[in-house]
Amino acid sequence: MWSIYLNVVLQGVLTGLVYGLMALGLSVIFGVVRVVNFAHGEFAVIAMYAAFLLFKAVGLDPLIAMAPIALAFFAAGFVLQHALINSFVGRPEHEQFILLVGLAIIITNGLLMIFGPDAQPAQLPYAFDSYLIGTMIIDKVRVYAAIAAVAVSTALFVFFRHTRTGTAIRACADNLTGAAVVGLNVKQLYALTFGLGLACVGAAGALMVTIADAAPGLGPAYTLLAFTIVIIGGLGSMSGALVGGVLIGVSEALAGFVFAPSMKSMFSFALLIAVLVLRPHGLMGKKRT
Amino acid sequence: MTAPLLTVSEVSRRFRGLVAVDRVSFTLAERDVFAVIGPNGAGKTTLFNMIAGVLAPNDGTITFDDHAIEGMTSDAVCRLGIGRTFQIVRPFPTLSVEDNVLVGALLRHSDMAAARRHARDVLATLALHDKRAVQASALTLPDRKRLEVARALATDPKLLLLDEVMAGLVPTETDRMVDILRGINRDLGITILLIEHVMRAVMALAGRVLVLHHGAAIAQGTPEEVVRDPAVIKSYLGAEAAF
Amino acid sequence: MTALWEAMNGRGKLLLALLILVLLMAPLVASRYLLSVLTLILYFVYVGQAWNLMMGYAGQLSLGHALYVGLGGYVAAILWVHYGIGPWLSIVPAVAIAAAFGAAIGWLAFRFGIEGVYFALLTIAFAEFTRIGFDHLAIAGGAGGLFIPYEEQRIGEWWNLRGNQLFFYYLAFALAAVGVLITALLSRARLGFQWLAIREDEMAARALGIDAFRAKMKAILISSGMTAVGGVFYAFYNNTLFPAQMFDMSRSIELILAPIVGGLGTIFGPVVGAFILTPLGEILIVLTDWLGINLPGVKAVFYGLTLMIIISLVPTGVWPRIARSLDLKKHGR
Repeated sequence: MWSIYLNVVLQGVLTGLVYGLMALGLSVIFGVVRVVNFAHGEFAVIAMYAAFLLFKAVGLDPLIAMAPIALAFFAAGFVLQHALINSFVGRPEHEQFILLVGLAIIITNGLLMIFGPDAQPAQLPYAFDSYLIGTMIIDKVRVYAAIAAVAVSTALFVFFRHTRTGTAIRACADNLTGAAVVGLNVKQLYALTFGLGLACVGAAGALMVTIADAAPGLGPAYTLLAFTIVIIGGLGSMSGALVGGVLIGVSEALAGFVFAPSMKSMFSFALLIAVLVLRPHGLMGKKRT
Repeated sequence: MTAPLLTVSEVSRRFRGLVAVDRVSFTLAERDVFAVIGPNGAGKTTLFNMIAGVLAPNDGTITFDDHAIEGMTSDAVCRLGIGRTFQIVRPFPTLSVEDNVLVGALLRHSDMAAARRHARDVLATLALHDKRAVQASALTLPDRKRLEVARALATDPKLLLLDEVMAGLVPTETDRMVDILRGINRDLGITILLIEHVMRAVMALAGRVLVLHHGAAIAQGTPEEVVRDPAVIKSYLGAEAAF
Repeated sequence: MTALWEAMNGRGKLLLALLILVLLMAPLVASRYLLSVLTLILYFVYVGQAWNLMMGYAGQLSLGHALYVGLGGYVAAILWVHYGIGPWLSIVPAVAIAAAFGAAIGWLAFRFGIEGVYFALLTIAFAEFTRIGFDHLAIAGGAGGLFIPYEEQRIGEWWNLRGNQLFFYYLAFALAAVGVLITALLSRARLGFQWLAIREDEMAARALGIDAFRAKMKAILISSGMTAVGGVFYAFYNNTLFPAQMFDMSRSIELILAPIVGGLGTIFGPVVGAFILTPLGEILIVLTDWLGINLPGVKAVFYGLTLMIIISLVPTGVWPRIARSLDLKKHGR
């Protein structure tokens, strides 16, 4: 009995790492540029379809397609930030949300128009292979995807911690005025950051198609998932995004196993509500010390 | 002798090891005009915020009108009769000047018409009547400062807390504001506590002055006394200020 | 009430009177299809007003308002289908339950300082949680849906909301009118100004003695209750309810479109917004049908685009611009 639960948990961890990569993109975007990317999940779904198409057309393994897709998403993010979102940075929050909600709707329904509502699986040749460790059966695809996710995340960590640009971006996140005062080109850095964030999403989406079928309706679900993870893991914390991803991956896997698969996201939402309520806030105007 | 309106007693506030306010005590009687001065970082705003209900003291008590108000929320404190302005003015930007003040007036006047009348009266006191239809975001700084005072005044406070209300004003505007505040104190009987850097205003308005330095009170007395106090001169004013 | 009347000048009053007249007389000339479109418009005016109270005035962004539509609709539908209790009575528990959910969300959010994007996410989480919950609720028909049976003999029982298109049209008109009236009354009342102050600057509002918690709670209670009534109407008008459809986020987005396009925090914003968007949407459908394009999602893409364009170029909405250029108001909003 133990081993079944362990199996479920392990699957959850592996899936969670991919979720974590997607959430990492949001953490970077939200944490630095302070843009509430309500279209985050929808971008992931675009990446899923891109990987799916590449696989169908040229048989390119999504794990490899991840690289060009991430690159393309980086460019797209860079352009998007410069062209559109930069002008929203100082504006009231709700205007930002609405802009991105509008974008999310366009993406989801655009995909619906192009591909139809049915889920499209990428039938990888090794999709049904698995590793046998003791009594546990682990899908090879999940392992590969998880490894890839960790690799990309690590690359991002290294970038932010050990490169000049990465440090500059973190400076913007910490102290915007200070950053501008020391001559950092904030707009450029924002565009870079958004690009990086979307690159994560692109990579995550490409990986996601190995474990889930591409469908337009997944967009909103993934957006909420990303926000849940980022909030649980802690805003602005990159490792938090991965940890949160694993947490959600595991809890979803367990909830889906213990209750019913259709109820697994219910658990995530309950968790989100709990975290929102219990999460310590820095309030302006505290009532009591 | 009537009971003091405000009693601040041995009030302290720490922020993670840094002592921002260190056992400060003073009392205000009704109709007093009391200034708190001192260099930046002396703890004036922290002290102010504790009276205004934004922060709670770690130690000490604050008694207003026979109520213990330490730890009360800012809206509760206002309902008790303390009005405040913000150092960096916070008008309601898309509302008109009149509507801004109306919001304040609605505290004690639940009838809309009565509230509007009261708001208009307050606007007249602050010489903003002819600008009442202007959107608040379109006002100049001196007008915004007066709007800030008007709004707080509309709540019919017994005590008015003014946070660097003269900052950014040129001398003529400062004098105008001083006149208005004197009028409020004299004609409406409102007690005033002000944080100020502009010594011109402090000398003209204040009956008594408290000087803070590194969170502690280093002098308390009439403006003339305080301005000659060697400790005050050393820490804040400089020798030229003794006039 | 008179204050609203006075705020409009002669032109404004004339336009309003004309609009009311046209809407009242519409059934005489309109086809059944046009009437159904108008009914939909008026429904969106109503729920748009309800949402506008919370967002446009109190400044709290709820992206999960479909929760209240769903709760209102389902409670009334369940009580009718399973217990024969008509909506004239079940509207009370419908509103109460929706308001209770609103109170819970409000209490959690406002007590714990959950604002902005976090508040929006909280509302979405509640709506989604409830949606999935209803998928598994047997008494509500689960994911398979709940159906209010069509009973010919009941047509005419207006207290049970059994009627023809004409009946529902005038009902929607009444709702829309009530919605506009409530907004007009509240916006000029003490509570309305408290909301505006909170929306503009909550800290400054509290420094003026406003109990922000109570004011925001009132906003969410009124908004959720009003929306639930819309849900009851919706349920008995369409007669079929699915959780995926009633509680879905696209429904939540749908009902915020009109107020945003028309103008947040204005009395007639949602009216103008609904009258612009719904017909445009219908025209789009007709156009794509005529062109032979049969793609689900075209209308939604259009709405998404509209949302992006409006929020970029005219964030305060179309109505204030129109009102200014047509010179319909004496001053202010």
